[in-house]
Amino acid sequence: MTTVAVRPGRVEVHGVSKSYGGVEVLHDVDLVVEPGTVTVVLGPSGSGKSTLLRCLNHLEKVDRGFVALDGELVGYRRRGDTLHELKEKELLRQRTRFGFVFQSFNLFPHLTALENVVEAPVSAQGRPRAQVEAEARVLLDRVGLADRAGAYPRQLSGGQQQRVAIARALAMRPAVLLFDEPTSALDPELVGEVLGVIEDLARDGTTMVVVTHEIGFARKAADQVVFMDAGRVVESGPPDQVLDAPRHDRTRAFLARVL
Amino acid sequence: MTSLASRPETAAPPAGTPYDRLRVVPARHPGRWVATAVVAVLLAMAVNSLVTNPRWEWDVVAAYLTEESIVRGVWTTVQLTLITAVLGFALGTVLALMRLSRSPLLQAVSWGYTWVFRSVPLILQLLLWYNLAYLYQSLDFGIPFGPSFASVETLSLIDKFGAAILGLGLHQAAYSAEIVRAGILSVDQGQLEAAASLGIPRRRQTTRIVLPQAMRSIVPTAVNEVIGLFKGTSIVYVLALGELFYTVSVIYGRTQRVLPMLVVAAVWYVVLTTVVTVIQYYVERHYARGAVRTLPPTPLQRLRGNLTAGLARVRTAREVAR
Repeated sequence: MTTVAVRPGRVEVHGVSKSYGGVEVLHDVDLVVEPGTVTVVLGPSGSGKSTLLRCLNHLEKVDRGFVALDGELVGYRRRGDTLHELKEKELLRQRTRFGFVFQSFNLFPHLTALENVVEAPVSAQGRPRAQVEAEARVLLDRVGLADRAGAYPRQLSGGQQQRVAIARALAMRPAVLLFDEPTSALDPELVGEVLGVIEDLARDGTTMVVVTHEIGFARKAADQVVFMDAGRVVESGPPDQVLDAPRHDRTRAFLARVL
Repeated sequence: MTSLASRPETAAPPAGTPYDRLRVVPARHPGRWVATAVVAVLLAMAVNSLVTNPRWEWDVVAAYLTEESIVRGVWTTVQLTLITAVLGFALGTVLALMRLSRSPLLQAVSWGYTWVFRSVPLILQLLLWYNLAYLYQSLDFGIPFGPSFASVETLSLIDKFGAAILGLGLHQAAYSAEIVRAGILSVDQGQLEAAASLGIPRRRQTTRIVLPQAMRSIVPTAVNEVIGLFKGTSIVYVLALGELFYTVSVIYGRTQRVLPMLVVAAVWYVVLTTVVTVIQYYVERHYARGAVRTLPPTPLQRLRGNLTAGLARVRTAREVAR
């Protein structure tokens, strides 16, 4: 692998709460993701999984609590006992340490696959274009799309688009990768190719938080499974414990329905 | 499948009929034929009257079409339109971005600008600008509320042409702002989220991600505006500025050849609009990259394709005949 290895990050979430218009979607959430591990977040729709993920890289601002990456607070700078909110510019720079993969891909439709991957490392990190382009081709090769570098997103299948989106996230050399239901918008037969890429990344020791409904993926790739309901973490632990011997009725009921 | 398979048994010819001997009778459309004939007759009547009625005075039209003062008028119209369009859309883009910013003051100023400049008739705005020198004899450049570094006589800066540009441009900006804003709003929110999560700087998000996608819905409306401007510039005849329409009206005031001169102007406006329409096609095609799976061929490519296909057909026909 010619891509530069990045030291995987450690994510801590302390007592995070978040409301939308009076409805509390996250309630006092605590979570630790150890470096190089995979955390899978499960739960029914509306349980706050996606919101939690978006709070991690500060796409959403939390109302209470803190998120930290490698001990550094996300969205704030600490000086003594005061916290200064980061300006948008600093926030954007901090965000590049998280790679984010969306349910609906959100590739830039007017740019080719290669241009999608190259854009941010050049414009946000100021790396030389030639070097980034060479690296982007390696990344596209890694997700199995070396021959589709010149294609526009609409000329690609959903699975291919999502793999380009993963390459785009990787090009920023993130310390943590966040996946928001990466396979929910895909045909069942395309799910495998995307999960395969994510499992490869897991084996390489990338820190990942994956929101998904794919229980099989959780069993195979997760180091930690978190079950959420109504904005709270109901239980968390290794997959064999949470999936096979859940302690809470709510978890048991959910698993009985999806398995 | 079974229902499909069973149905042809009733409609199909009895078993054993050789299909290649069957004759196909195309459906007839008598209504379409009648309508076509009526339109053809009307068209012939129109052309006939244009050609045979001597009062159109086509010789006068031909004589004046490329006359020097007319061409100068056309050039002024082109200048007015292009400068106004560029000024209008530049200012309009700024106004649209202000309106979408998070600062309440910027939003309010942008809203107020659009409100005022869309409310006052263009002809009134033009005359106001032309009379600016009455309100302010000189324009000073310097520190706000402080000393001035340079001073210019208003009259020397804002002549007829300047007033026309100011009036048309500022008026146009109000409309352009709404067009650009609509274009920006049409871009999917997910695009901004993706750009933000990749840490792309704010200005770059606008220029590289949002505006290129917004252009797809901006261009058709914007071209509409430019075409409107070409003809709309004729309103500056109130300033006695020598653009196409004013020039024509001066000539027919002198020669009394009203109709042929109006035709001269009409022909030029059609030519200008046609040029813009052709440019529009290529601009739209440019911004369609990625929005459609395959780009449609340009008219030239289509012509070449048709020619090649036609030649091939002729060649095969000749070979078959041999």
